[in-house]
Amino acid sequence: MVSAPVQMAPPVPAAPRGRRLARWAPPVAGVVAVVVLYLAFKDTATLPHDDDARLFHHLNDVRDWVDENRNSSPIFLFVLNYIRLFVADLYTALQAALVALGWPGLIGLTAGLGWLAGGWRIALVSVAGFGAIGVLGKWDASVETLALTLSSVALSLVIGIPIGVWAGRSARVRRIVTPVLDVMQIMPTFSYLSPIVLLFLIGPASATIATMIYAIPPAIRITALAIQRVSPTAVEASESLGATRWQTLRKVRLPMALNTIMLGVNQTIAAALSMVPLVALIAAPGLGVDLLQALARVNVGAALVPGIAIVLIAIVLDRITRAAARPRARARAVRWGGFALLTVVGLALTPALAQEFPEQWEIQIVRPINDVVDWIEANWYGFTGFLNDAVAYGLLNPLQNTLTSAPWWLVTLAVLAFAWWLSGPRAGVVAAACLIAIAALSLWEHGMETLTIVLVASVITIAVGLALGVGAARSRRFAAVLRPFLDAAQTMPSFSYLLPAVALFGNGRFTAIMASLIYAVPVVARLVEDGLREVPQTVVEAARSAGSTERQLLWKVQLPMARSSLLLAANQGIVMTLAMVVIGALVGAGALGYDVVAGIAQQEDYGKGLAAGVALVLLGIMLDRITQGADGRRSPHKKRNA
Amino acid sequence: MGTAAIEVRGLWKIFGPKADRIIGSPDAALEPAALRAKTGCTAAVRDVSFEVRPGEVFVVMGLSGSGKSTLVRCLTRLIEPTAGEIAIDGQDVRGMSPAQLRDLRRHRVSMVFQHFGLLPHRRVVDNVAYGLEIQGVDKAARHDKAAQILSLVGLQGHEDSYPDQLSGGMQQRVGLARALAVDPDVLLFDEPFSALDPLIRRDMQAEVIRLHREVGKTMVFITHDLSEALKLGERIAIMRGGAIVQVGTPEELVGAPADDYVADFVRDVPKSTVLSLRWICRTPEPDEPLDGPELAADTVIHDAVPAAMASARPIRVVSGGELVGVVDRVDLLGAVKHQDAPAAAAAAPGEA
Repeated sequence: MVSAPVQMAPPVPAAPRGRRLARWAPPVAGVVAVVVLYLAFKDTATLPHDDDARLFHHLNDVRDWVDENRNSSPIFLFVLNYIRLFVADLYTALQAALVALGWPGLIGLTAGLGWLAGGWRIALVSVAGFGAIGVLGKWDASVETLALTLSSVALSLVIGIPIGVWAGRSARVRRIVTPVLDVMQIMPTFSYLSPIVLLFLIGPASATIATMIYAIPPAIRITALAIQRVSPTAVEASESLGATRWQTLRKVRLPMALNTIMLGVNQTIAAALSMVPLVALIAAPGLGVDLLQALARVNVGAALVPGIAIVLIAIVLDRITRAAARPRARARAVRWGGFALLTVVGLALTPALAQEFPEQWEIQIVRPINDVVDWIEANWYGFTGFLNDAVAYGLLNPLQNTLTSAPWWLVTLAVLAFAWWLSGPRAGVVAAACLIAIAALSLWEHGMETLTIVLVASVITIAVGLALGVGAARSRRFAAVLRPFLDAAQTMPSFSYLLPAVALFGNGRFTAIMASLIYAVPVVARLVEDGLREVPQTVVEAARSAGSTERQLLWKVQLPMARSSLLLAANQGIVMTLAMVVIGALVGAGALGYDVVAGIAQQEDYGKGLAAGVALVLLGIMLDRITQGADGRRSPHKKRNA
Repeated sequence: MGTAAIEVRGLWKIFGPKADRIIGSPDAALEPAALRAKTGCTAAVRDVSFEVRPGEVFVVMGLSGSGKSTLVRCLTRLIEPTAGEIAIDGQDVRGMSPAQLRDLRRHRVSMVFQHFGLLPHRRVVDNVAYGLEIQGVDKAARHDKAAQILSLVGLQGHEDSYPDQLSGGMQQRVGLARALAVDPDVLLFDEPFSALDPLIRRDMQAEVIRLHREVGKTMVFITHDLSEALKLGERIAIMRGGAIVQVGTPEELVGAPADDYVADFVRDVPKSTVLSLRWICRTPEPDEPLDGPELAADTVIHDAVPAAMASARPIRVVSGGELVGVVDRVDLLGAVKHQDAPAAAAAAPGEA
């Protein structure tokens, strides 16, 4: 009886060998074809960089026209200039208010908010964090940064939360908003600095708006998600009692979504703070200015101090908003009483302790840090220099030479084929179109240089992230050790990873790679770990009971079943790497990122900078589509179920 | 329309694209599965008509997917019906403006939900007072009323708790109190107790019976549990595939099922506890003595046993003072024996 089903089973088709050949033949043939074509057409149809490309001059002309008509064209006169004035006033008012509180008042207010949100621990973190900023001697610049961050966060929330509520309620709005947000989040932050400067000039208004563009997507996304997740029965119960839409929104949907929306606020603040050094490029006041100047002089100590100040602000605001997202434990009177008490004590101390943070309390740490950096340079150079050279000569230079010496049509064709194979025809066409557009922007060579760094950094990032994620998914102890590091890494503003990289490796492309590694690995590792953990326990048990080894379990069950998470991890890793590599222009990683910086700094380079911003967006969309489409492509399993 | 509390005529609800075109077309006669395959539409409620008398407990019973939850939501247009007429207290519900509809929901019809639908960020008292709050009743008055209703459902002392601090049964009492607080004429229950443990469910059923006696509201009660339907319902409508198969008293359903589906449903019900003497009495034999005990025709068979034990003579079954027949010990034993055979299986409440 036992053997009966086996005999009954239809004969296994003898096709597997043929099918395997068919499955692997096209990619292999493609690679061979690309190599042959490269060797045959090397150094033809290349697009070397030209700083005097016609397009750049045209864009300069556009800039000149805008500058001439800024005070006469109706769109500037009646719309854009008013927006600029309003945003600038908002910043000025907030900054004046924070200064008027005095440092004891501001610390007291923050501690009060910390108490209100999460109790004495958070209040203590607030006092310690903001106190440390004063001790570091960065109080005034920090207040400016805080004012800029708060004004952009306020605008993001005022605009983002209603849009999010709307998107949460209406599938149609969601379909419109989601792709826009997707593009906003792929866009490297540098790319929209030039157009914003064109429209709103340099200064706090532009800085606030640039920060807002980067910070608003999480506010909209998370609000929409929170509203969608509100229990439908509660909403129905409210409607069944005759509530109007507005009553249901105000009394049921918003209160029930509030905790999740607070997480959106948290993410919005984090995003805003990571823009601080970038908006300093367009004359935003605050800590970013000190940071940029120090980076330009490769003065690690002087860069680290404002960097630490921003991280401290980030930690304090993160802890407060994160605590506020949790359900309340204390009685209302105790919470508000404590808030009032701490704030009043702080304000009362302001006249006694003076407006300025007392100089005698400040500690100078620039010199000791630089001593350490010098020591590292002197003693570790053998190691860091070797790593730097190995990556530069072993990976970056050969890849860059290949990409820039290959004909542009061959690179485009190769990308088209690769994207098609990985993510389907649509992704292939979009990716190829992006590349052609970069060529049309006269930025082919710089684009290829940036792409080189991104590719190398992505490969390293994904490999490390995959290893850590698999390790964490398989060993609880390893996960427990790793988790606090990943948590901490996700709280930090992205640019802060540049600083340790600069300390170790000096300026250059390798520093950008290391920084993107620190930036993106935590996210990749976490997505991989979560994906593997989400594999149903019953399937794992079934595989174990069938006698799989741990290795077989991983390769035959867990990794294939976590396919979509792994692809998402790769996608996120690449997009984040691009963002970081672009910021790496601040530490000498050159190429498109540097073109943007130069375009803002120098009048005659404006056109090139603007074009480079667009090229960065195109590069981002290309990399995203190549990897994201793979997730959207219908696997045979999905098709069968549909 | 008549004096019924709720009157439903030819009600349809079809989900899907261009649903309104299906009604009146030949497609409307298709079985739900065939309709979905052909048009992509799902007919959840198909040509349903019934009346609920004032003060009656009307149970709609059916398996999951039979359309009963959609039907109850159509009554106050929480789900917009596709076609048909609904009248509550003689007023046409489908023709109401949004404001009139809100007024209906605020003052006259309220609902109790399967998953409670309580607001976790509000205290129990504020949950119960929610309906009054959206009517604009001031805080002191609505809290007074809420406290009064909470003691009616046995939750006094829990005013300041939050819903997640209560057990499932207590949470549903809050849901019930919230529905009662607005003092509606009609209460709609959408499978209110199916998420509860069996023992708690029994308590809550008793609670509903008690409340019905005390406040005398019209109730429409949705359930998939036959024993619950028989226990609570004065009349029961059985739904299948969106249509009502039979409406009747428990006795009518058990004694004269309209089709095999209903018969299959009620097969395991111990008939002697549902049917009355009317169903088993016979015309007396010529030589039978007619001086035995007298019982009303609507006496449940089970309840006639003590009388039969006390007297060996046949029981005289009367209705309206007139003799309709007799039942002797053999008839009674036969009714109890044959029809109670599968009683053990039906004793446990659950999915019938």
